[in-house]
Amino acid sequence: MVRLNLLLLAVLVLCALSLVTSRHQARKLFVELEREQAKARSYETEYGQLQLEQSTWAMPVRVEKIAREQMRMHIPGPGRIEVVQAGALR
Amino acid sequence: MTGASAALKRSAPVPALPRFRAPVVFGILLLLFIALIVRSLYLQWIDNAFLQGQGSSRYSREIEVPAHRGRIVDRAGEPLAISTPVKSIWALPGQVEAAPGKLALLAQALETTPQALAKKLDDGSDFVFLAKQVAPEVAGRVAALRIKGIHDQNEYRRFYPAGETMSHILGFTGDRDVGQEGMELTQQEWLGGKPGSRRVIIDRRGDVVEDVEAIRAPQAGRDLALAIDTRLQYLAFRELKAAVEAQLAKAGGLVILDAQSGEILALANWPTYNPNARTKVAREKMRNRALTDVFEPGSTLKPFTIAAALESGKVRPDTVIQTAPGTYTIGPNTIHDAHPNGALTVEQVIQKSSNVGAAKIALSLPAATLWQTLADAGFGTPPNTGFPGEVSGRLRPAKTWKPIEQATMAYGHGISVNLVQLARAYTVFASDGELKPASLLKGNGPVAGRPVVTAGTALAVRRMLELAVQPGGTAPKAQVPGYRVAGKTGTAHKLEGRGYTNKYVSSFVGFAPASNPRLIVAVMLDEPSAGAHFGGEVAAPVFSAVMGSALRMLGTPPDAPLDNVILPVEGGEVREET
Repeated sequence: MVRLNLLLLAVLVLCALSLVTSRHQARKLFVELEREQAKARSYETEYGQLQLEQSTWAMPVRVEKIAREQMRMHIPGPGRIEVVQAGALR
Repeated sequence: MTGASAALKRSAPVPALPRFRAPVVFGILLLLFIALIVRSLYLQWIDNAFLQGQGSSRYSREIEVPAHRGRIVDRAGEPLAISTPVKSIWALPGQVEAAPGKLALLAQALETTPQALAKKLDDGSDFVFLAKQVAPEVAGRVAALRIKGIHDQNEYRRFYPAGETMSHILGFTGDRDVGQEGMELTQQEWLGGKPGSRRVIIDRRGDVVEDVEAIRAPQAGRDLALAIDTRLQYLAFRELKAAVEAQLAKAGGLVILDAQSGEILALANWPTYNPNARTKVAREKMRNRALTDVFEPGSTLKPFTIAAALESGKVRPDTVIQTAPGTYTIGPNTIHDAHPNGALTVEQVIQKSSNVGAAKIALSLPAATLWQTLADAGFGTPPNTGFPGEVSGRLRPAKTWKPIEQATMAYGHGISVNLVQLARAYTVFASDGELKPASLLKGNGPVAGRPVVTAGTALAVRRMLELAVQPGGTAPKAQVPGYRVAGKTGTAHKLEGRGYTNKYVSSFVGFAPASNPRLIVAVMLDEPSAGAHFGGEVAAPVFSAVMGSALRMLGTPPDAPLDNVILPVEGGEVREET
């Protein structure tokens, strides 16, 4: 009887200790999860900002300005366009 | 023993303790003890809410989980409106404690002067915003100063990369990122995110250590795809702006519709505003005129009169109508053609835009027939684009029409429309006689419309509209190299107060390629005052420029040789009626 009780006591102590460690583990993991989620949010924010930046750079107003002023491009007149029909190539 | 008793005898005799003293002390201690037990029982089981609340407030927090507002993108997925997190910095002036040096640093971080900052803090209010919607980095620098009484809060700010070119369609959001105008307003339910909240346990440093429960899950807003094509929108905006400035017009509008699906590919207005910096914008500039303002369309309505007549079998395209001597009297009123024409076929009535011809044709029809065609073409009912505040225009019931009104209605007076309605009505001629729904939201390819006229009638009118843009018509300047174009000019006197004035609304509505219509473009200029005011001179060139570039951008195969544009010799142009 005494031996059984001692055994049970040992098991109990073991369980209690493992509870403490797993609890601690859980908290540590949770903090980590939390940190990663915050990172994910900040990446999402950055993605949005990059999209914004990209579409601002790619706005037709700007593209046209650069094409016309820096690269000196212009739309060809009707006399300088040759229309090629898809069927004519075969 | 003897020594001790001797010592006792030497000191003063000890007085005897009263016999009840011990029980009394014991009783008092017992009572105190009972009081303690009762108090603890009371706190433990009966009045525990306060202490529990105090306890949990030290380790648990309910924190808000922010939810993004959805993006608005164009039909190709290009972002048109994006929310990004920003911070607003506020202060409780009564609690601010900082050395002057620190305040100077704060002013520097906020990019203001110490004087301006001090003025804000001293204006006597309990709460003051020091900076609204600043970048998170700026807020970080402010927080690093650790000044008591200075706080920040998370907010979202919406950015519109397209700026003024698209502000009327998109609208904007106000405080807390809630839609206030345009699509931001009507699509609030769809775009708006619902912030969630959750309860967590925090440690001594304030870091979250455990998630207790999610009270509400955050719901991110959904993305909204518009029918708008950013490239076409920019093109439309650029050409419209140039035209309004060149013609010294008061305002203008330009709409591009997909002829097959009725989707609104571009919708530009002038004047406009920049939604990213709209602190002092007049309401006037925020109006989406193409949808919320009506005007009398003038001759752009004639094709519908002709379509109604063709449909009823009263006339054929080659039926001859006598328009000489260029006037037509109905009761006390007289209708004029500014350039009298003599006998014209129905085709030529459209080509030369004869008011007398259109009025005579209209009067040969029962009022109800004409009304039905106009109503079927979408006049008098809102276009249902999903935009807030769009108007229906005015189409009075046929029963109330007097003959003179029926006659003027034939050439677009006594009826009012908005520009999108007018452009949409032309889907009837660009398709096989079906009215397509005009939509600002992206759809999936061609849609079935509501039949208005037969395919034969639609084709016949389309041919007449092609004549109108050729030499001999009212709008040769609407021609586009490489494409066959069909369209109609409109020049209407403006109605002010009780009568017509010598101010004009010039318009042009047309589509191309005529062999298989791809786009419909409608242009409207309000009060052009640089000399010209005819739709064929003012609006048609805008149409030509926009249509040509748009078809090229979309890669539409040409249906005519590139040297198809034939402009009449100077002075030989046909002027339309007003």
